[in-house]
Amino acid sequence: MFSGFMINAWEAATIVAVVAGVVGFFTVLRGSAFAAHALPNGAFAGAAGASLIGVNVIVGLGVFALLGALTIGGLGRRARQDVATALAIVMMLGLGALFLSMTTEYAPEIYSLLFGEVLGVSSSELLPTAAIGVVCIAVVFALYRPLLLSSVMPDAAEARGVSTQGMDLAFLIVIALATTMAVPVVGSLLIFSLLIGPPAAARSFTDTPPKAMGLSVVFALGTVWAAIAFSYVSNLPIGFFVGAISAFSYAAGRTWVAGRRTRPVPTDAVH
Amino acid sequence: MPASLAPVFEPGFFSSSPVHVALIVGGVVAAVSGVVGTFTVMRGQAFAGHSLADIGTAGGSAAFLIGISPLYGFVAMNLIAAGVMEMIGIRRPRGRDLATGIVLGAALGLAALFLYWDTTHSSTTGATINVLFGSIFELPSSLVPVIAVFSVVATGIVLLSYRPLLLSSLSPELASARGVPVRLVGIGYLVALAVAVSLSAVTIGAILSTALLIGPAATALRLTKRAGMAMVIAAAIGVAATWLGVLLAYDSYDWTTGHGWPVSFFVVTLVFAFYLVTDLSVGRLAGRRRLR
Repeated sequence: MFSGFMINAWEAATIVAVVAGVVGFFTVLRGSAFAAHALPNGAFAGAAGASLIGVNVIVGLGVFALLGALTIGGLGRRARQDVATALAIVMMLGLGALFLSMTTEYAPEIYSLLFGEVLGVSSSELLPTAAIGVVCIAVVFALYRPLLLSSVMPDAAEARGVSTQGMDLAFLIVIALATTMAVPVVGSLLIFSLLIGPPAAARSFTDTPPKAMGLSVVFALGTVWAAIAFSYVSNLPIGFFVGAISAFSYAAGRTWVAGRRTRPVPTDAVH
Repeated sequence: MPASLAPVFEPGFFSSSPVHVALIVGGVVAAVSGVVGTFTVMRGQAFAGHSLADIGTAGGSAAFLIGISPLYGFVAMNLIAAGVMEMIGIRRPRGRDLATGIVLGAALGLAALFLYWDTTHSSTTGATINVLFGSIFELPSSLVPVIAVFSVVATGIVLLSYRPLLLSSLSPELASARGVPVRLVGIGYLVALAVAVSLSAVTIGAILSTALLIGPAATALRLTKRAGMAMVIAAAIGVAATWLGVLLAYDSYDWTTGHGWPVSFFVVTLVFAFYLVTDLSVGRLAGRRRLR
């Protein structure tokens, strides 16, 4: 399980899980689940386009993820964010359908772009993943305070001169970076599950932001490591295990909260 | 047909039977999506509407495995998913996206498993593409009665519960003060949404399903504040985009040698363009009014 080609899988999954834990904390806090689904899924069109004109897949993913973030941010100024996101993802997928019709890529290639092929990660793919991951985390920590304030108390943030729209766009770009980093190694499904499941579960156990973020990284790591191990033993796709473990940890978090609520607690301690 | 129209309507467009089916089914599905989608946009459930198209993939690929029509797998999976979303909190605006996201993540995991089995345990290598991208030109005509029933169910629920649905979408507090069973109406609407999305995702693919559900309705709601009118406009925009898209896709066989361009690309581009033009012109008008 820890030999040769498997080492790359463990390393790639570990990098992705740390970034997903950090970025996912804000994704859940800001209610940006739709964007976290739309950007990785839509950016796959960029990968298809890149293979069509013969450039690196990461470049195609990055360009499309960024364009998608700007489209959501731009349309979202005058419309509801969910409508803007829906329009952006269908436009990206429509272009993806066009690119795919022009290439001769075979079905399994598309399957691996969507669902990931973590067991087939090569050493040369690890370096860009790690580099973009570091940038992504650095941006989140640089923006930590304004991002947190605008997520929890948008009005207070505006009063202190933090632009809500600016933070929205900044965070969309962070998701775009996470997308570019993760999709080539783990696929769009897996990064989405990791951005939502572990952070949502972590929030059930603690309300303090730094603790919740730390716990979210721990849960994300636990999820991918367990998923790789199960996948290795059972020969079933890793995406299935990540999805299942994420759902179970969320359910466990909810059960824990519900169990705590039945005890007599002062009403103001329960939100 | 006058010869002057020949460059627009390629020879054979009106006599090709796949084109007939595509125009009829696409038109019906677009109209249903417009009617149901108006409330999807008003209720802020665009993410749920899009997710159901992806979630149904798990049911569709499971149906492939046991050899029944993907449509039944889609509907069954979507009804279950809508139920779970309702259970874990799609009612609260703050928990809405999270509830949808959790269900979507779990369902995509299942889809990965079923699609993997589809490709390894049977010879249907095309299953992934078929389920994810569906094609309007490859509809079996045996689906037509099922499509009719589903369309009637989805629009029927929306039209029958129109007034309470409208009130509870605009103001849940006011609705419940007036004795509207807000939760029941919400569940009824989610069922209509699940049925409508299953219908559109299986017949015209997951991409077009979301495009026709959200795009025309969002455009219509920029043009009018009246929900009834918005439903009519949304249906009209959806049908126009679909028919124009089918026409362009048919014509595109002559643009590049060997193959045509996908219908979904044209329809999505048209829907997006409709929205963008409306958004920009309405925004400019509103700006001018503000200046006066």
